Amino acid sequence: MNEKKLRSKSKHDRMVNAVIYIVLILISIVWLFPFVGLVLQSFRSYATEYGGMVAYMVPKEFSLDNYMWLFGSESSFPRWYLNTLIIAIFVAILNTIMIVAVAYALSRSRFAGRTFMMQLWLILGMFPGFLTMICLYFLLKQFGLTQQGAIPGLILVTCASSGMGYYVCKGYFDTIPKALDEAARIDGASNARIMMTIIMPLTKPIIIYTALTAFMAPWCDYVFASYVAFGYSDSYNVAVALTRWVWTNDYQGYYTRFCAGGVLVAIPVTILFMCLQKYYVEGVTGGAVKG
Amino acid sequence: MSEKKGLSSSVSRGFTRFGRNLAEIGTTFKEGDWTAKLSFVIMGFGQLVHKQFLRGVLFLGLEILFIYYMATFGAAYLVKLPTLGTVETYVDKSGIVPITVYGDNSFLILLYGILTIFVIAAFIFMWRMNVGQQRQIQKLKEAGRPLPTSIQDLKSLLNEHFAATLLAIPNLGVFVFVILPIIFMICIAFTNYDANHQSPTNLFWWVGFENFKNLFSMGTSGYGSTFFTVLAWTLVWAFFATFLNFFLGLGVAIMINKKGIKFKKLWRTILVVTIAVPQFVSLLYMYKLFANDGLVNTWLLNLGIIKSYIPFWSNAMYARVLIILINVWIGIPYMMLMTTGILMNIPEDLYESARIDGANAWQMFRSITLPYMFFVLGPYLLTSFTGNLNNFNVIYLLTQGNPTSMSLSGGAGYTDLLITWLYKLTVNDTNYRMAAVIGIMVFAVTAIISLVVYRLLPSVRDEEGFQ
Repeated sequence: MNEKKLRSKSKHDRMVNAVIYIVLILISIVWLFPFVGLVLQSFRSYATEYGGMVAYMVPKEFSLDNYMWLFGSESSFPRWYLNTLIIAIFVAILNTIMIVAVAYALSRSRFAGRTFMMQLWLILGMFPGFLTMICLYFLLKQFGLTQQGAIPGLILVTCASSGMGYYVCKGYFDTIPKALDEAARIDGASNARIMMTIIMPLTKPIIIYTALTAFMAPWCDYVFASYVAFGYSDSYNVAVALTRWVWTNDYQGYYTRFCAGGVLVAIPVTILFMCLQKYYVEGVTGGAVKG
Repeated sequence: MSEKKGLSSSVSRGFTRFGRNLAEIGTTFKEGDWTAKLSFVIMGFGQLVHKQFLRGVLFLGLEILFIYYMATFGAAYLVKLPTLGTVETYVDKSGIVPITVYGDNSFLILLYGILTIFVIAAFIFMWRMNVGQQRQIQKLKEAGRPLPTSIQDLKSLLNEHFAATLLAIPNLGVFVFVILPIIFMICIAFTNYDANHQSPTNLFWWVGFENFKNLFSMGTSGYGSTFFTVLAWTLVWAFFATFLNFFLGLGVAIMINKKGIKFKKLWRTILVVTIAVPQFVSLLYMYKLFANDGLVNTWLLNLGIIKSYIPFWSNAMYARVLIILINVWIGIPYMMLMTTGILMNIPEDLYESARIDGANAWQMFRSITLPYMFFVLGPYLLTSFTGNLNNFNVIYLLTQGNPTSMSLSGGAGYTDLLITWLYKLTVNDTNYRMAAVIGIMVFAVTAIISLVVYRLLPSVRDEEGFQ
């Protein structure tokens, strides 16, 4: 009797698993479909076939025309790519320094005005970012950091307020026992020394997480980048430039060029992300749990 | 109730502190020697006399800088702040070539006027600090102890005052690029700065609550009906974008983590690709996929399932549903990652004892998994809800807020969130006054939801719940 029940249970279990496999395979198809389509269409030539929208996904003939065009004299794609890369690298480094500084100070020190500062920043964070766009544009313009100077301008604006995103990092610092600091302090180490030699080596995962998210954000920055670079195409980043291509309604074959450009943007970022995936998952889940 | 009490007690505490400050300034002046008294006017004098050169030079320098700033720059703008300028720009046609003579620039007057108020506040703070240091000098001298030297001051920046060193630049950045602009824009909401009042060619001035009245007025000229349409869709969108993603992501995580399912890592990696690929690439591709001449429509046509293309992006209802679905595609991977970690943390013995009591899978999910999830993820769901209220990229890269309609004012469309509408008002219409008002509304909505929901969170109400 009991054995029969067990057997039926395992049969039932196998049924459930089969359904789950089917669902997971369907999910995988849906999730990968756009990327497969993007890659396939990037190989469709705008010369021999049509560069706009067509009714099929797999090109009749694979060609590198789109990629050659991107690096040819007609397009500024390399320039835009370089712009974005420069922004991303600077933002990754500077944001990380700012965030770590704020998170460390708030986690390790108790000073007058600490709660006030945290509450103020929390409230400031509730204002939508684009509200202040015209004011920021004006401020940047005063320093000559719009249009031709849009790249340093974007870096400046992004990094200046990046300290406000300290939450995940502080949550991580809070988990490092204070006893470590105290032991070092008894040995006569200054606060700066404690931070640099004792705490920082323990925080590698969260630093990689912070730098990774900071590095990825500029690749998607459309709004402010297009506003600051206003009309000066040499200062575009890839998001602004490729978005414009898609919105031109692709009669000149800009659709397949967008696909090729998108592939070139996505590949390095994706590879980097996949390599550092472990740290990302740690940061995301840790941040959610600690709040 | 408790808030009121908190407010009144903090106000009274503020007054007490203010009184104590005044008293201390008084004692410092009364008991101080002549150097301390002179330092009330010439900041840093006392420090210099007592060989605290670093402090002395800094305070003296700041005072000179402040006087210079006010005399050459700040005062002029501060005086004009109440009117935002009165001298109109005009074109002088008396000469051979017409010359534009610029009058007051309201934009600059407002911005620099606010800045000057902050500079004055900072100066008062510095002056108070200066007086405090005179007091410290008095006390240390009376006790016969040595005063801190400049070298010691510098060293303290890496030790006792290390937090200040770390926070100096981040705070400066937040002040210049967040606080100052936000206060500026809040002020703009009370002016008539728009396409007809563009500085420097035109003045704009204070109009009180006119813009807010305009936002809530229901007539044909008012923004009322548009505002409530957009607000309602914003809330609906944020609700689905948060909770649909949460439940589906949790479902996917449970499936992947079920005992007996193989290739766990593969399934996870496939989903995570969505996070890795820059969103603008995948969103724009999705936009094209569902376009009228996109792959989905042409395939459905070729298969004979539909007779004419489905207007995914130009029909308000289709567009809204599709946006939510595409956002599910984007959001599930995050939720899957998040919930996977938590699923593994749920104590196995909870399930064990439930199984002994004869609970089935659904009952266990409802009474163990779900409450546990809400307990741990409550704060995250709240922040992701408020984040979705401002989810610009998904909306703007997919539809740009379209389809628009004549029945909506201010260029708004049926998929516009408040934030994309704000963007359009700023960039397309240069209607800064209304953009500022909407920005304040976004803040109000975010703040109210955060405050109300935060108190209802299980992890806030009952911290020990699951421990």
